[in-house]
Order: sequence, then C-alpha cells, then structure tokens
Amino acid sequence: MSDAVIELAGLTKAYNVGTPVETEVLHGIDLSLAQGEFAALIGPSGSGKSTLLNIIGLLERPTGGRLSIGGRDTAALSEAEITALRGRSIGFVFQFHHLLPAFSALENVMMPAIIARGAPDDEAEATALQLLDAVGLKAHAHKKPAELSGGQQQRVAIARALALRPRLILADEPTGNLDTHTADDIFALLREFNRQTDCACLIVTHDPRLAARCDRTVRLVDGRLAADC
Amino acid sequence: MKLRLPFAPLVALRFLREGRMQTLLILAGTTGGVAVIVFLTQLITQLQAQIVDRVLGTQPHVVIRPLEEANRRAFDDPASTAVIEPRAQRLRSVDQWENVARLAAAMPGVTAVSPTVTGPAFAVRGQANKSVALMGIDAERYRRIVRMEEYMVAGRFAVDGTRAVIGSELAKDLGIRLEDKLRVALPNGRDELLQVGGIFDIGNKDLNRRWVFVTLPLAQSLLDLPGGVSNLDLTVADIFDAQAIAERLQGATGLTVDSWMQTNAQLLAALRNQTVSNNLIRSFVILIVALGIASVLVVSVVQKQKEIGILRAMGASRAMILQVFLIQGALVGAVGSIFGSLLAFGLLNMFSAIYRNADGSPLFAAELEPRFIVLAALVATGVGLASALIPARRAAKMDPVQAIRS
Repeated sequence: MSDAVIELAGLTKAYNVGTPVETEVLHGIDLSLAQGEFAALIGPSGSGKSTLLNIIGLLERPTGGRLSIGGRDTAALSEAEITALRGRSIGFVFQFHHLLPAFSALENVMMPAIIARGAPDDEAEATALQLLDAVGLKAHAHKKPAELSGGQQQRVAIARALALRPRLILADEPTGNLDTHTADDIFALLREFNRQTDCACLIVTHDPRLAARCDRTVRLVDGRLAADC
Repeated sequence: MKLRLPFAPLVALRFLREGRMQTLLILAGTTGGVAVIVFLTQLITQLQAQIVDRVLGTQPHVVIRPLEEANRRAFDDPASTAVIEPRAQRLRSVDQWENVARLAAAMPGVTAVSPTVTGPAFAVRGQANKSVALMGIDAERYRRIVRMEEYMVAGRFAVDGTRAVIGSELAKDLGIRLEDKLRVALPNGRDELLQVGGIFDIGNKDLNRRWVFVTLPLAQSLLDLPGGVSNLDLTVADIFDAQAIAERLQGATGLTVDSWMQTNAQLLAALRNQTVSNNLIRSFVILIVALGIASVLVVSVVQKQKEIGILRAMGASRAMILQVFLIQGALVGAVGSIFGSLLAFGLLNMFSAIYRNADGSPLFAAELEPRFIVLAALVATGVGLASALIPARRAAKMDPVQAIRS
C-alpha cells in the first residue's frame, strides 16, 4: 500500500492513563486511506469519531498502536516535526468553521502559507485568491468572517484547508450547522476538490444522506470499527 | 509594494487591535507609568544638578592645604605622663606650592589649579569697619575655579596693583561704589589702601560681605607670607571624581587635601537619599506596569484560546505562539514609552511654568534628554517582554484540541 495517505494499525487512545478513572475510548483501530479516497466517518455520539479525527490530524497522540502519515511513522517524531507535518500535509475543516475573526477571508485562507513560510508573500495571496474564486467568494475576499453568512464562512474554511494543497483533508461535521441546501453545496465543493487535487478526504458526519454520497463509509461504534464499506 | 509583516508581529498586532478596550487600558497604564518615571527622573536629575552647581559655584572641588601643626614630645618616655596642648594653627604656606600645583595640574581629571592666599583683615572706611577675608588670587586662574565673571554686578573681575574686587553686601555696608577707596587693616599692623575695581553678587550674603579679592603678591605681603600660598584650589572634570582625586593627591603630596564631597557631606547624603527614594518609586511603578501588562495578557490568552488552537492546528509551532504574545507585551511597552515620554514632556512644560524660582526664572528647564527617552523605551519594552513571558508560555503550552473545543 504505497499510496496510502494514512495508515492506522491497532491504534488505541486512553485518557487519564495511570489514574483510577483511566478510560480507553479507542480500542485498536485498523484503518487506511488511499490517495484520492473520499470517506465518511460515521457513528453515534461518544463513539470516538472526533478523537479518531484529532489523532489522525496529529492534534492528539495515540496511546498505543501505529499511525503513519504518507508512509511516515509518527511515533518517533518530535513535537516540532509533528507540528510541521500537520501544517504541511493536513487541512482541517471544523464544524464551526473556526476562522480567525481578526483577519479577513483572504488572510484566513493565506494563514497556513503564512505559518509555513513565516510571512505573507505574493504566491500565498495569489493561491488564496484563486481558492476563494473557486469557492465563489472572490468578491468577499476582504470581509471579516463576522460579515459572512454561515455557508460563506464554511466555504472560506474549505478554501483555507486547501491552501497548502494537503494530501489529506479532515472535516469534522463540516455541514453540521448548515441548512440542507447549503450543506449540499459545501459537500459538493469538498467532493470537487477531492477530484481535482486527488487528496484523500475523511469526513465526520451525522447525515446518512451525505455519507451515502461518499466512496466509502467507516462506521465507528464504542471505539471500534463496526463497518467499513 | 505592500508592507508585509511576518507571522508573529502580524498576529500580535491583530490580537491587540481586536481587544480594543483592553489594549487601550493597558496602553494608558504603561503610558502613565513611563511618564511618571521619565518625568521624575528628569526632574530630580535637573534639580540635583542645579543644587550641586549652586553649591559648587562658589567653592573649589578640591582644596590642598598645609598639614596642621601639632605638638609632639621630643622623648617618648612611657614612665612619665604629660599633657600635650593642641597647638594654635598659624597661617602657613603650602610647602613648595609651585611643585604641588604642577603635580596637581598634571593629574588626570584635574582641569584647573589656582593658588590662593587667604587671611583675616578689616575693611575700614571712615568710622565703619568690617571683618573680611582677604583673598590673594590670580584672577585669570581663579576664574576657572569660581566663575566670578558671571556674578559681577559692577566693574570687572580683575585685580592689579591695589585694585580690588569686593562683594555687594560689603559695598553696601561701607557705602562704596565703583572706583571708591577702601582701607584694609590687618591684625599684624599692616594696612593698605585699595581701589574697588569690581563688585560681585555671588548669591550668598555672607560671602558678599566677606570676600575681598586682591592680587597674590599684595595679599602675600600683607599676610606676611612672601612667596607662599595658603591653599591651592582645584577644579575637576567630573565632580563625583573629586574624592578619589583628593585621595590620590593626598597620597602623592602628604598634604591635607579636602574634596567638596567631604566638606558638603550632608548635601551628598541628601542627594543620595533622594536618589534612593527615586529608585524606589521607579521600581514600584515598573512593577505595577508589569503586573498590569501581565494581567491583561493572561486574560487575552484565555480569550484567544480558540484562535491559538486554530493556529496550532494549521501548523503554528509553540515557539510561534510564544512569540505572538511576547511581541504583544513588547509592543505595549514600546508604544507606551513613546506616549509616556510625550506625556512627561507635557508635564515638564506644565510644571516648569507653574513652579518658579524667587527671581521668576523656571525652577527647572522643560527639556527631555534623549538618553532618558531611549532608556525609557528600552526599559518599557523589556518590562513588557518580561511581563508577557508567563502568559505567552501559557498560550504556547495550550493543547490545541482543548483550545478548539473551548
């Protein structure tokens, strides 16, 4: 599986390790995602979806098992290397968009490049404008997030996730607080970028309608993979 | 060409701009603190310089005198006791004063040496007589010890033949005007008729009443000290080096050498106390400003948790987040120091207009030394940076997942 973007083997996650209230939330997950794959991660609340997504997104470290991103085992990486790898190869889309309110839409989309290269440059701005154009928000480039609608904010967040052309996009209920029509739009947008850039997408969703439109559905129940089809 | 700030200053500035009210408040606090420190420092430095200048305006920085005469037993016989009476000190010359003067002049830090013969006399005019101090000087050299030309109210500061310079109080007491005659009589019976060629007002009534300047040879002959001088007056480049120079001269000559710091020990102690209390006030103000900046940034870190988490999720390292908050502290300090210096300048102007000397001149000049502004900027930026350290470290340590969820 040389083209696997992520590879999980026997991955576990426990909280409060070593204390009487130790709780394991993920019990040995085996999962891999190939380049260009578009997968939905579903499951009831509390099944560990978000935790799994955070671990794949390198925001949290697993307690046990193996996690490789782009063929690279992450266990041996230092904090700084993890941070750099996250910035370079993973794009996040959060449920509540999580844009930076102090920056314009354009600056928000430029931010991953600013962080990666230390300062804004023409290339970052050009790429960001292109992405905003692609999500249909070029005219709103200089507006602050608060001046945009919920759907527009989420489009900006998608543009931002794509800023560095990551190999993996992780979306945590990207349509969770949008109306059906807007949710469809956002979903279509993600799908389009997935086809264009051949990046792998893992989307947490509650919406079975959306999950059905994915190439693959991974179902998580009580911290275990219940179905993968 | 657009101005493009690097990541940390860019985000720091936006965060500060976003927390408008907080930023304004903490900026106001820093401005006030810097203003107090700059104003106080400038004021006290100026006033101290003026006091020192005024005191040293009428006295030499260092004086070399002959050793005191003391009675000693010819045979030190422990079997007998004796009462040794202290000896009366007669007027004597500094031994080989010309060599001593050369030695003193060659000493680094010494800028002027002036030989003086001084002794008691009476100024007599008609029925009135006043006790005075006869001062035999070389006007050119003495001028470099006490800036007499600045104090002249009539005539010039020059002595020649029997021409003399006296103080305004003595002139008033004896009814003397310029070019009038004045007789000086000495306890040894000598006397001389002087012509007043100049009248000074040195700002001290006692000295205005007592000092009578004549030529060195005239004073020498009147005081029975032919060719001798009773003391050598010195001016030094840095007044606070006076004591060290006096000690070195004492070691080199074996004579009595006094600096102004010894003769004005109380003044020096008062100045030191003032400096200590000033430092105390400054330290407290700095502490309060630092606490202010720190507390606002601590709150800001909590408020910006989510943003910090987002930035971290997008690949910002802990060091980058640390920088963002450190820069905020430094910026508040730096900008506060600029406004604070301006405010201090305004305060100095206001107070110098309100508080005036008896003669109507301002008590202090409404000027700000650039070095104080630079120093204030450096200190304020440093304090800002230091007070941001704890909040910045908290921000950097924040777990991105927790931060985003909050």
